[in-house]
Amino acid sequence: MLSALAAGLHRVEGLFDRAFEARFNPWYQLGALGFFFFWVATVSGVYLFIFFDTAIVGAFESVERITHEQWYLGGVMRSLHRYASGAMVVTVTLHLIREFVLGRFRGVRWFSWLSGVPLLWLLFAAGIGGYWLVWDRLAQFIAVATSEWIDWLPMFGDTLARNFLTDRSVSDRLFSLLVYLHIAIPLFLLIGMFIHVKRMKLARTTPARRLLYGTLAALVVLSIVRPAVSAGPADLSTTVAIVELDWLYLNTYPLLDSLGAGEVWGLLVSITTLLAVVPWLFPGEQSIEAAPAVVNPANCNGCGWCFKDCPYEAITMTPHSYKPELRQAVVDPDLCTACGICEGSCPSATPFRNVAELVSGIEMPAFPLDRLRLETERALAASNVPVVFVFGCERAFAVTGIESTDVRCLSLPCIGMLPPSFADYVARQDRVAGVLVTGCPPADCYFRKGSEWTEQRFKGDRMPHLRTLAGKSKVRVLWAAAHEGEVLERVLRTMRTAREDAA
Amino acid sequence: MKTVVFRSLGQLVAFAMFIGLVGALAPGPAYRHLDAGLATIKLSLRHAGAPIAPCRERTAEELAQLAPNMRQSTVCPRERSPLVLELALDDRVVFDATLLPRGIHRDGRASVYQRLSVPAGDIDVKVRLKDDARIEGYQYQRTQRVKLAPADVLVIDFDAERGDFVFDGGSLPPRTMGHPAGGAE
Ligand code: HEM
Ligand code: SF4
Ligand code: SF4
Repeated sequence: MLSALAAGLHRVEGLFDRAFEARFNPWYQLGALGFFFFWVATVSGVYLFIFFDTAIVGAFESVERITHEQWYLGGVMRSLHRYASGAMVVTVTLHLIREFVLGRFRGVRWFSWLSGVPLLWLLFAAGIGGYWLVWDRLAQFIAVATSEWIDWLPMFGDTLARNFLTDRSVSDRLFSLLVYLHIAIPLFLLIGMFIHVKRMKLARTTPARRLLYGTLAALVVLSIVRPAVSAGPADLSTTVAIVELDWLYLNTYPLLDSLGAGEVWGLLVSITTLLAVVPWLFPGEQSIEAAPAVVNPANCNGCGWCFKDCPYEAITMTPHSYKPELRQAVVDPDLCTACGICEGSCPSATPFRNVAELVSGIEMPAFPLDRLRLETERALAASNVPVVFVFGCERAFAVTGIESTDVRCLSLPCIGMLPPSFADYVARQDRVAGVLVTGCPPADCYFRKGSEWTEQRFKGDRMPHLRTLAGKSKVRVLWAAAHEGEVLERVLRTMRTAREDAA
Repeated sequence: MKTVVFRSLGQLVAFAMFIGLVGALAPGPAYRHLDAGLATIKLSLRHAGAPIAPCRERTAEELAQLAPNMRQSTVCPRERSPLVLELALDDRVVFDATLLPRGIHRDGRASVYQRLSVPAGDIDVKVRLKDDARIEGYQYQRTQRVKLAPADVLVIDFDAERGDFVFDGGSLPPRTMGHPAGGAE
């Protein structure tokens, strides 16, 4: 089921790739957009707070003044505050759906998933609280409904709703508490967001520059075309019979009327619980593929390249277990996603070494270096005509589908697992016309950094570099997501033609 | 050139869709919380009832069992009476409940919050409260005709100090028939 959904998602993303290029595709940086909207809401919120009257009698009027007397700045800030918050709900929801559909919650990634769940509560609490402060008719509706809703909980009794019986019963103290909560909850949200990305190396928390400017411009346009306004002052002597809701934040409120407070609590707790156990509900196949990386101290010289490259901060460097003066890599199996990127980073991972069984400093149990060399040779030997050799990635375009007598392929769990020396190893053979290295577009590598590091290694910007006597022009790096086969085949055709021309 | 135009158009469409979605939902379509022609009555009070039973004298044996400094001859129960509250609109009982005092010893205040939606118009409201288990019948009662326009809120509270119900909201004629205490029926 997930794979069908993933195919649909990739289709949509493909459309965006064409309009934005993969680098700026918003689908690949939904989490980063979430951070960005948070900052927009923070900056605009600080501005609003300067002019906001935190007393219940002055709150509404002060917001009116901000909105109308300085519409060009205060008004725009208010709209930005509202729309950035709304945009955050949209992107975070899509982010959740996407990580789910792509299965990026499995294995040790459970932490990223689980730590995301409480953010939803904080996000909604922050948004609902914000609407409350305006103390207009919408705020009144929220105040009455929320207090009745919370009072359903046995520990509250009827304590909250009694505050909103009449205009006189609303106390300044309670209102100040709400103002304070509207600062405290987003602060907790921010802390939660940092915990959420803590286990990831270089988590992408800022969208690509052009996407960022485009999004900000779009929000400003929206703020000018449709400024956020209030809905008339609160007046508890009449019930708010009909009200324009923010359906992004306040979608539970109609349910309170139709289902009842207890049922809505039940529903939310069930949804939250269900979300929280997703990593254990859909564990995926538990195979050796998921076995964490293993360090072989005899072949580790302590260079630290794997430590720098691990996208999940699963590697630390410690004193070497028996070589004095040297360090050694250590893998924390609870953090390792088995991406294999470290295997591709190790200087001892070269196929040229003349040993019976090839062993490198750090390896994947499911795909050790020896197997890598064996399968490369097997793929080469399967044909005796001149070939183009393709190293691909299981998560990206399925290269094995284009295999033929003159196109030989090897698909890896992540292209970051490929030590550049392997491309050299293959390229040196006379019969090989070219080597093509491919995988997910760097903006959306399944293991976050595999494509990016590979690109840098092959360019010579990151260790280990590609060095080849065959000439670097013989080796090409080209990214192609699962749905981007045509691009790849087009390049393959040119490589084949080049070969025929040379022949 | 063509791809640049195509891309820019594509991005424009994507951004437009995004702000269209956010702009259309925040705020989005109106929601009707209260049907036209209805008004609201909120019956809400918080009140500590009288002690549940009269104070009594300790027997001699009981006194003997107590430490000398604890030998007070009268004991009064801490527990409070539950409240019995009834609301009738146009002579139809719409709310009738026994409210238990809070606390494990049932020595706190009892409270209630009820929001009712009623047809707007002139309504005869009759509310009564019993807060003393030691006495038969209701101790407090108020009957009043109120006029509620659609969406009006009538709050019915109880002021223990004055020993009377408090009506707030709608248009109330001058006070008519409230009478504290004693009105056993
Ligand atoms: C305030 C809300 C949220 C923000 C700002 C946020 C932001 C982010 C960011 C910046 C990343 C790192 C992306 C990268 O560099 O690869 C990330 C990853 C992730 N997020 Fe969120 N997130 C939020 C809510 C959620 C929620 C609600 C869930 C799911 C319940 C979730 C699930 C995940 C998962 C599973 C990853 C890990 C991806 C990986 O390991 O490759 N997030 N998030
Ligand atoms: S396989 Fe290597 S690079 Fe990947 S998470 Fe594990 S230790 Fe880190
Ligand atoms: S890359 Fe290899 S040699 Fe370097 S620290 Fe890691 S395991 Fe050791």
